Amino acid sequence: MCDMAGGNTYIVRTPKDLESAERIILPGVGAFDEGMNRLEESGLKDGILSFAKEKRKPILGICLGMQMLGLGSEEGGQAGLGLIQSKCVKFNFNQIGLKVPHMGWDNINRAITHPLLRSVTNLSRYYFVHSYYMKCSFQENVLATCSYGDKFTVAVANQNVSGVQFHPEKSHKYGLALFKDFMRWKL
Amino acid sequence: MRPRIIPTLLIEDGGLVKTQKFSKGKYIGDPINAINLYNEMEVDELIIIDITASKMEKNPDLEMISETCAEAFMPISYAGGVTTIEQYEQIFNLGVEKVSINSSLRKNPTLVKEASKHFGSQSVGAIVDVKKNFYGQYKVYDHCDRKLTNLDLKDYLERVQGLGVGEIIIYSVDRDGMMSGYDMDLISKVSSTVKVPLIICGGANSICNMVEAIKNGADAAAAGSFFVFSHTKTGGVLINYPSQEELTLAFSKLATE
Repeated sequence: MCDMAGGNTYIVRTPKDLESAERIILPGVGAFDEGMNRLEESGLKDGILSFAKEKRKPILGICLGMQMLGLGSEEGGQAGLGLIQSKCVKFNFNQIGLKVPHMGWDNINRAITHPLLRSVTNLSRYYFVHSYYMKCSFQENVLATCSYGDKFTVAVANQNVSGVQFHPEKSHKYGLALFKDFMRWKL
Repeated sequence: MRPRIIPTLLIEDGGLVKTQKFSKGKYIGDPINAINLYNEMEVDELIIIDITASKMEKNPDLEMISETCAEAFMPISYAGGVTTIEQYEQIFNLGVEKVSINSSLRKNPTLVKEASKHFGSQSVGAIVDVKKNFYGQYKVYDHCDRKLTNLDLKDYLERVQGLGVGEIIIYSVDRDGMMSGYDMDLISKVSSTVKVPLIICGGANSICNMVEAIKNGADAAAAGSFFVFSHTKTGGVLINYPSQEELTLAFSKLATE
């Protein structure tokens, strides 16, 4: 899908693979600690951190990939990448009977204008599947929210580092449009 | 959030088929063609079940799954022949969101527990085939042995949820392929036990029927025949799916009730 969005993508397995990269997409399916352990073991944790802090090129985290950009998560004990001041917490709807995970298609509401979400309209819908959500320390990092029980954050950015809780790669033309915006994003 | 409406695609020897009451599949066509059409129709999600993999003790057909996913811009749930953690991982790496197991739940309950720990419960599902016994009680059906088990449905569902699954697909054997409407009684019964997202499959015959299923406690409605056959009397093969407008309209009443 990223290739369709005008990118020339390859899969990064070692920190060396990052050298020629202009942008990083950090996807993620799975549990928080497992994801962080893998980044650590492969040496990619440091690779991503230097890419973010020294190279200062765009990064997009998706789902768990977004959550790992933060400081940590209730889901596990590992520290996150710490690129966005945030913590991930679990949905808790014991009182109102909503089910967890939050799974399905939802519209999102932009909190601020940002190049990453340029294509978003009232009709845009995105596929979500997650039990934890990100809580940012600074409101200015929140790009968009969605409502499930309560309002929660679904897109974040801190300078060149961004993340979305939904899966653009599984969100038909709406996801494709977001990838196009990410590819065009200039700092 | 509008409830999900999900076509269920059954695969037998690499071909797309449709069963009736879990009979041998009738050939429908090439799954890749169907998926391309569903892509254009912007379906919410797809469930793909390889119905002979476990029965024949075959491994998941990774090539088929990979070809399928490469084309799909929607979430995919896969089931069929998964017996190891490595297979879960291989399938996730191909771009599948959710992997569900059915007979392995009984043969090796620790597998799903392990999978849920590794990959997160949201990616790990269960399929439970249900059939009424002679006395009209709902029992778990074993599609590999082609017979009813003695397992009480409620106990079984509680046990399966205890293993950490993030979603349960309830498949009604008696309604499969009949397009006579979902078994609403079954939905009401299981919905009080199932705390994770519940998908009902088997019998769907209209969008109204799907809305009704949600009212009765399902979180998502899945259908095979309804989305692969035309809805006219002659009923030939016709890959179909309602438009977003139709779905929004059908479910808008539900939201205000």
